[in-house]
Amino acid sequence: MAQRYVMAIDQGTTSTRCILFDHSARLVSVVQREHRQYHPRPGWVEQDAVEIWRNVDRIMPQTLRDGGVGADQVVALGITNQRETAVVWDRHTGVPVGRAIVWEDIRTEELVGELTARPESSGIRERCGLPLATYFSAPKLKWLLDNTPGLRERAVRGDLLFGTIDTWLIWNLTGGVSGGLHVTDVTNASRTMLMNITTQAWDAELLSFFDIPAPMLPEIRASTEIHGKTTRVVPGVTISAALGDQHAALFGQTCFAKGETKCTYGTGSFLLMNTGDTLVKSEHGLLTTIGYQLGGEPATYALEGSIAVTGSLVQWFRDKLGLIQSAPEIETLARTVTDNGGCYIVPAFSGLFAPHWHAEARGIIVGLTSYISKGHLARAVLEATAWQTREVVDAMAAELGVSSKALKVDGGMTADHLLMQTIADVLDVPVLRPMVAETVSLGAAYAAGLAVGYWPDLEGLRRNWHLAARWTPQWNDDDRQAEYANWKRAVELTFGWAKPRKR
Amino acid sequence: MLRLLARGSGQYGLAEIAASLGLPKGTAHGILRTLQRVEFVEQDQESGRYKLGAALLHLGTSYLDANELRSRSLNWADTLAARSGQEVRIGVHHDGAVLVVHHVFRPDDTMQTLGVGAMLPLHATAFGKVLLAYDASLARSPLTSLTRRTIVSPQALERVLAQVRAGGWASEAEEYMPGEAGIAAPIRAFGGLVVGAIGVSGAVDRICDSASRPKPALVSQVASAAEAVSRALSD
Repeated sequence: MAQRYVMAIDQGTTSTRCILFDHSARLVSVVQREHRQYHPRPGWVEQDAVEIWRNVDRIMPQTLRDGGVGADQVVALGITNQRETAVVWDRHTGVPVGRAIVWEDIRTEELVGELTARPESSGIRERCGLPLATYFSAPKLKWLLDNTPGLRERAVRGDLLFGTIDTWLIWNLTGGVSGGLHVTDVTNASRTMLMNITTQAWDAELLSFFDIPAPMLPEIRASTEIHGKTTRVVPGVTISAALGDQHAALFGQTCFAKGETKCTYGTGSFLLMNTGDTLVKSEHGLLTTIGYQLGGEPATYALEGSIAVTGSLVQWFRDKLGLIQSAPEIETLARTVTDNGGCYIVPAFSGLFAPHWHAEARGIIVGLTSYISKGHLARAVLEATAWQTREVVDAMAAELGVSSKALKVDGGMTADHLLMQTIADVLDVPVLRPMVAETVSLGAAYAAGLAVGYWPDLEGLRRNWHLAARWTPQWNDDDRQAEYANWKRAVELTFGWAKPRKR
Repeated sequence: MLRLLARGSGQYGLAEIAASLGLPKGTAHGILRTLQRVEFVEQDQESGRYKLGAALLHLGTSYLDANELRSRSLNWADTLAARSGQEVRIGVHHDGAVLVVHHVFRPDDTMQTLGVGAMLPLHATAFGKVLLAYDASLARSPLTSLTRRTIVSPQALERVLAQVRAGGWASEAEEYMPGEAGIAAPIRAFGGLVVGAIGVSGAVDRICDSASRPKPALVSQVASAAEAVSRALSD
């Protein structure tokens, strides 16, 4: 019998990847395409959902060709995606009503301020597990409905569909205007602020708080579930999983037991801990979210520390400052010096996420002297990611009263050895990278393969996890304490910068 | 064509270039496309005119950033380690030796230490033989004997390097360290230039068969990983 494979589509913030995995979870082929980021005003971040769909249309067949694999050899397709990014489109034409509003976008800052001032806002966190912030989908969707003439009427009439990117892709892959499925998975739904975290259904109170018409919402399904077959691009492939990228990474790192934790380094960075069947309500700035839900089983909860800007700071350094040609060169530049020279960068580009949640914070570079070179700035860029990790690790420890003895990492930035070493140094625990750095895709493939019986159970998947690299701490305690204190002072300087515009 | 572009205004349209060099337009366009891909030539977005590219300025310096090489080869180095069951490293030439720029542990979850930054001898390792075979300019430092199997005769080394070029891969058994062996293949940047070597290494009985020859399955895995990385660099 011919070899069989599982396909994953990882629709990320800056690019879309399609990857084929074999039964031993080894990568067979991978094709990637970047899409455009639009910044029409300061703080606004948009993407063209049609461009993203066209990219999927190109990379799926290309991945099969590169791997020499026929569509009939693909037993399952798993979809994973950038979370929270909101798309609204016309169900009759399939055309989006405008560009997608991306998770990093902070146009809703004032709206969120107004919503927070309402007395009913106190119960929001209890219902959805999330603090009111620009980051999540509901404020973005409300902004669209409030600011586009006629949109709310069309939504109420049932002419418009809302979705995160998973929903947009599944709807298109299963036929679009001719019978496309309008579904989402529970992990993506848990990031909208519209789903009740306890019942895992759309919550009438939340819908009324944000004034969202129910007809535009997709059906919430488990993370592993046979959604149906693709009818377009590569027809006949079974879509059997969908989950948010960070949840997929948790799955790909095989963090199936309570207490297991991973951190994924990409555009932003996200530390997630599996909390099993326990819904932990955070008092230290972490988010309560769904880890994953296997079809027919209760959901597994997770606690999340979200960092908005890590890899995107390196991209900013490359594209906006032009100090490096490619992202990996940040390491080369940083290694031209031996320390940060007293310089710190706090990249509060979208305010600060976990554990601070300061929407009004803005980025700073502090400690500048004539001694500072671009090498010191490059160090400060990498250290910013390390210290932001330390803050969420500390919050996790404060929440649960235990600190972990190692950190499992994944994502593209794990190729940066100086960064990984610095993270080990500031956390004072070993940093472990598994054999597949593309853990987001692997997690989507695992979930999809599990749903169709390609892999029998979670334990079988665990056996595929192997250590590829380990970094051990090298700094002494005094240096670590002193640097952490400096970082904390720098963070405090970012607070309270942005003021609401006078009208 | 490059000399033409270096002249005068420094900006030429396709028709001018073709006419100046007496080339058919199609041919000139093909050459320009190639030069553009390696960034020796840039095309102005608005006017469509061609000029010399930034990469020409860096011709004499390092061709590919080592951290960039690691970043682009991450997936395929992992895959090679998973397929072969061996530890994987990527080496580049630096200062008369092989500099290890990437290392993936052997996937057996035993205690291992990251070897990035280590320097290895050119003549006694599979990585080094690959780098020597494809770069005649590399200085042949004295062939120091490291084990009783190290190749110390320049003639013998040349014969081995010719075999490396013919086969597209190199190996080594107990030439660097007793009991250890390795296999490596060249990583090529766009245009074919060898910029590094990827390979597996470990105990002789893991890498070689009973006759001390490298296992053919491993050789083909290493070669296909090298091709995959080379493709990734050309994208």
